[in-house]
Amino acid sequence: MGDTSEFSLTIRLFLKTYQWRKIDPVPWTPLKKPLSQSKLALVSSAGFVLPDQPHFDESIKGGDTSFREIPSGVDVKTLVETHRSESFDHTGVQKDPNLGFPIDRIRELAASGRIGSVNHRHLSCMGSITAPGRLIHNTAPPAVRLLVEDQVDAAILVPV
Amino acid sequence: MCNQTVCLVAAELERQGISTVVLQLLRNVAEKVHPPRALFVPFKHGYPLDTPGDPGRQRAVLEAALQLLEDTSLTAGPVLRDYTVAKG
Repeated sequence: MGDTSEFSLTIRLFLKTYQWRKIDPVPWTPLKKPLSQSKLALVSSAGFVLPDQPHFDESIKGGDTSFREIPSGVDVKTLVETHRSESFDHTGVQKDPNLGFPIDRIRELAASGRIGSVNHRHLSCMGSITAPGRLIHNTAPPAVRLLVEDQVDAAILVPV
Repeated sequence: MCNQTVCLVAAELERQGISTVVLQLLRNVAEKVHPPRALFVPFKHGYPLDTPGDPGRQRAVLEAALQLLEDTSLTAGPVLRDYTVAKG
């Protein structure tokens, strides 16, 4: 069970007074067609990068709000996990990156016909963002536009 | 923070016309941040899809997420659903 008791005392104290960013109004887009005809993309906040991509920058105050594009054909074993958080056990996602970026499972869903297709690219970010203003206003909108250009119908978002 | 981050990205996706479902490892974060569709998974941090190297368990989590996504009885968010882990 994930709960804050997993965290250090310092982090628990930080979270006690942290002002979570409430989404208001809550946007709502219903699926426009059956999943068996829908194109799916993944968004992972596990901090994965390709070997030739820059790592997420742990030194940026408030968090690194940049995104990396991960191609659909990637071999998950080649992904490099660069998440900076000490608040979770990294061994699971390092052993099997599908835990945080389940691209093998998504490809299986497409092969079985459960979903229509897998987008050719996906988004990766590093979720340790304590000051999300730049994410909301600067980096998420253009990253999402890439998926809109790809005519993605639905996305599954995975934190760690 | 990861939980909040994916919620905020989901909101932007929905604003731009893409349907979303977020996995959540902290129920209280979903309750405070209000992502459109959230599936609370009862796993520890670092293990949002249950067990490493177990495709069946990982598929089960994704199937629950897909069912939330395609539930036509839902017409507005926030929606927060609990994932029930299959026995065995």
